[in-house]
Amino acid sequence: MKLIIAVIRESQLDEVREALIAAEISRITVSKVSGHGQQQQEEFHRGQKVIPNLIPKIKIEIAVNDEFVDITTETIIKTARTREGTEGEIGDGKIFILPLEECIRIRTGQKGNSAI
Amino acid sequence: MKLFTRRVFFTLIILLSVFTIADASDGNGIDSGATAWMLTSTALVLLMIPGLAMFYGGLVRSKNVLGTIMHSFAAMGIMSVLWVAVSYSMAFGPNVLGGWFGWNPDFVFLRGIDESILEGGVPEYVFTMFQGKFAIITPALIAGAFAERVSFKAYAVFIALWGILVYNPLCHWVWAEDGFLFNMGANGAIDFAGGTVVHISAGISGLVIAFYIGARRGFPYQAVRPNNLVITMLGAGLLWVGWFGFNAGSSISSGLVTAQALTATQAAAASGALIWMIIEGIHRGKATALGFASGILAGLVAITPAAGVVQPAGALVIGALAAVICYIAILYKNKLGYDDSLDAFGVHGVGGIVGALSLTFFIRPSWMADAAEAAGGTWTVWQQFGVQAAAVGIAIAYAGIVSLILIFVVDKIFKFRSTDKEEMAGLDSSYHGERGYGLINPN
Repeated sequence: MKLIIAVIRESQLDEVREALIAAEISRITVSKVSGHGQQQQEEFHRGQKVIPNLIPKIKIEIAVNDEFVDITTETIIKTARTREGTEGEIGDGKIFILPLEECIRIRTGQKGNSAI
Repeated sequence: MKLFTRRVFFTLIILLSVFTIADASDGNGIDSGATAWMLTSTALVLLMIPGLAMFYGGLVRSKNVLGTIMHSFAAMGIMSVLWVAVSYSMAFGPNVLGGWFGWNPDFVFLRGIDESILEGGVPEYVFTMFQGKFAIITPALIAGAFAERVSFKAYAVFIALWGILVYNPLCHWVWAEDGFLFNMGANGAIDFAGGTVVHISAGISGLVIAFYIGARRGFPYQAVRPNNLVITMLGAGLLWVGWFGFNAGSSISSGLVTAQALTATQAAAASGALIWMIIEGIHRGKATALGFASGILAGLVAITPAAGVVQPAGALVIGALAAVICYIAILYKNKLGYDDSLDAFGVHGVGGIVGALSLTFFIRPSWMADAAEAAGGTWTVWQQFGVQAAAVGIAIAYAGIVSLILIFVVDKIFKFRSTDKEEMAGLDSSYHGERGYGLINPN
């Protein structure tokens, strides 16, 4: 079992989410986060260009069985990239994959692979 | 020194009051009481637009909150400039082109009314600014029907054209002294404060556009949860407050009719809200805050055409009737499969029609007596109902057809509907480059 953590652009959330659902990965947790990366994002406030230092991002957490890791990450990479088919842009985000020690379904007390 | 300052101050006050008294009685015909109330009403109607922005803004997803609020705010800019430039002339000038709209070259840029005072003792500037606020809120209402999925640029172009070609002619027909609906039947089609001009026309146009551009992505399977019902409730409250200007101000005076309209407005809003709460409580088992707000709006919309002619008991019935029928209309919306996102048609279109028709049965006897006199003998409720139905039918047909043509043209040139990518990213980031709730995250 693995825990996949993806940090992506806010604007890509729906695209990623719809693609994940289409790939039958529907159990996800989403949160709003902000942080530093390579990206410097410009915003406009009253016509002035502003570069805020903490950039808002979306964090998606997905616990999967090992055989689903590839399809999940591929789907995220494909849809979170803002220039499709090419290299993407700085600020598209990152994916972290962590080993997952245990998973328990609260309703039944079920543990392990079948609980995911 | 101090004493001297004080003396100067008092002298000034005395001088000032002498001048003020002189002003009020110098025979230029200003009724300062009526003018003061109309100034207040003008401000109250403007307050409805941020009210509407909050009402609609709270109902959409957080990625669209600013875009939705901007639909209302942009109308304040666009429609006000147009109003000063040409719309006042089109709405309140004398008939041209067979009465399609009005035109008076003196009204262009409001040049000719610099010193004009209307019969009721209200400066014409106050009247035109009051009327101009109605021209702002009407296109802003339509935006509820196509929320969360239209290009901002195309929207701006659309409301400008809609104001000129739909609102101004309708306003002219119903409220200008030579408008043909103003003179229909014995005593005119009754549209006290804009049931046909504002609510029916906005509701129908919204419905036409919702059909034309199609539903939002994922509709209706993907639930769209309001991002902030608290601002929606505050917005509904502001709308209720502002509506006193909208209805009671529509008497263009400060007197008996003003008081009658004010009372009817309060009664209908309250009964609409109460009845909606009861229906929903029985039907769903819970009385929602949004339901209460919708009931307020249904009642207010329905009493808008009627406020000047019905008594409080009639107003209570009209408000309740509107709540019942709008509730049913919104239930059936989902079965029909069109995406009137924030129920511009379900509340404003349906509520406006309910009000404009049902008011016939609650008209105060003195109005009917006047109508009978004007008709030269008798004037029955059913004759007036015929006039009301004709006015409603004309408003529906005209607003519906012209909106369809306009949306077709604007969509061809400017792409009214957002692209899938823009819609998924949200209006705020796609068209405004901002986010509504940035401060919730540290940034």
